[in-house]
Amino acid sequence: MAGQDQSLHLLSLADLAKGLSSGDFSSRELVEHLLSRIDGDKSLNAFISVTADEALRVAGECDESRSKGEAAALCGLPVVYKDIFCTKGVLTTCGSRILENFVSPYDATVVERLSAAGAVMLGKTNMDEFAMGSSNETSYFGPVRNPWDTDCAPGGSSGGSAAAVAARLSPAATGTDTGGSIRQPAALTNTVGLKPTYGRVSRYGMIAFASSLDQAGVITRTAEDAAMLLAVMAGFDERDSTCLDHPLGDYVGGLNASLKGRKVGIVQQHFDEGLDEQCAARVKDALKALEQQGAELIDVDLPNLDLSVPTYYVVAPAECSSNMSRFDGVRFGHRAKDAEDLFDLYCRSRGEGFGAEVKRRIMTGTYVLSAGYYDAYYLKAQKVRQLISQDFNNAFEKVDVIAGPTTPTPAFKLGEKTDDPVTMYLNDIYTIGANLAGLPGISVPCGFVNDLPVGLQLVGPHFAEESILACAHQYQQLTDWHMHCPEAYR
Amino acid sequence: VSLSKQQVQHIATLARLQLAEDQFDDVVAKLSSIVDFVDQLQQAPTDDVIPMAHPLNQAQRLRPDAVTECDERDVIQGNAPAVSDGFYLVPKVIE
Repeated sequence: MAGQDQSLHLLSLADLAKGLSSGDFSSRELVEHLLSRIDGDKSLNAFISVTADEALRVAGECDESRSKGEAAALCGLPVVYKDIFCTKGVLTTCGSRILENFVSPYDATVVERLSAAGAVMLGKTNMDEFAMGSSNETSYFGPVRNPWDTDCAPGGSSGGSAAAVAARLSPAATGTDTGGSIRQPAALTNTVGLKPTYGRVSRYGMIAFASSLDQAGVITRTAEDAAMLLAVMAGFDERDSTCLDHPLGDYVGGLNASLKGRKVGIVQQHFDEGLDEQCAARVKDALKALEQQGAELIDVDLPNLDLSVPTYYVVAPAECSSNMSRFDGVRFGHRAKDAEDLFDLYCRSRGEGFGAEVKRRIMTGTYVLSAGYYDAYYLKAQKVRQLISQDFNNAFEKVDVIAGPTTPTPAFKLGEKTDDPVTMYLNDIYTIGANLAGLPGISVPCGFVNDLPVGLQLVGPHFAEESILACAHQYQQLTDWHMHCPEAYR
Repeated sequence: VSLSKQQVQHIATLARLQLAEDQFDDVVAKLSSIVDFVDQLQQAPTDDVIPMAHPLNQAQRLRPDAVTECDERDVIQGNAPAVSDGFYLVPKVIE
């Protein structure tokens, strides 16, 4: 048993489920093993909180339920939550000073559903402050490092979740994706990142950044594991008025659907200037692999692709400025000392509590919504957003899925882009479209450039999670890129 | 469009954000670069385009107007910086 303990961290969620069910190891043993790995890692800064005592207690309960023959779908399986998900009685900071001491009085629906299915929380992961960032460098708790090269960023904003899964500290993590915040860090860390359709998973208890774009999803090492988690997380929730009442797909059962005859859309603009040549080569290899399995590659056009980043950087900051107004230093969160009056209390509590990027987005949003600028920016952006969405609708009349790169380059160095917000924003050029149009997307490992991972992105029509998961799963049956583990974490 | 210092100060006031004096120039420069960047939207022809209100063009769902929450004031106020007798305390508003 001791020998087996040494490699439990390398197993996928699906394999861990089999091992638990056949009694090869207990949940408690598994959780102890992963907690000792988390405790032993001093370099990544992937966690804001580690909930060791509670994890061991819940794992013990799961083992007991199992021994009575009452194992729920995810009974005893470890998971970590991005610190944007409210967890009852546990610190929930959203990576911000303003919530440094916030203990949530309730669980997010995602947390509630995963817990009810028997998942064991190991801790809360580091993230860009309020999920605003693409490198995890805006966190009040310091940047996360990329396990593939600790001088590099893991991507963001779900950087801690991605780093934890890549470094085999947890088999699975939740994330949120507003403009690429699950798929981009997954691509940069050799993990699988799934962003479901807008409204597929409840946003209740998920601290809001941009409410028409935010969506909860998962970071895992295989599409199969992502399917297992989505099957539990997805579905209608009356506590989120934007959560959609739409039948679930057969996410796990559908994984074996063949690639034969599947129409895969290729967008030429994805391969124009801006995409690193070696990344392009890896992605083209992946497309060839899909084709060899019987998929049909078809050119499609997304004529307004270039406008997606500027559209996003009007819509998202506008919604951010509204959502962030709840942080006032009165009801919860950081409060400035010795305020002269209420105005001073607001300005200084927020000035001290928010970091530079969050302030920039609040101010951008305030500007585009302010009198005299609303039509020129906000209304204009919502019109262009409609055009971008129509481009996707037109493409999906011809194809089942659109495939291409997740990011323009592999992981970049920490500090490389922090001085220039616009350059940082352009990192999300391939991912943002899916958020603007509310589409599901997944990033899958598809090779390496100079020992840094590259991601293949698959985007489907609304509610096509089953289809993109199946494509990703079939691709992972052909390749073993996702099995590659950073040397220091084997 | 580049933003002036006065404009940025006005935005900060609207947003209830105090900006540190020594970071002010940097904020003006970076905010201006973002506004310049999003200005490329102006080129897009959008006559007759209906602005998007929901990514799946859904209407806002309504629920019955019934109380569903229970009284959790003490738990919720546990996170408040200053409370007294169930009230949130703020600096004096009325003289």
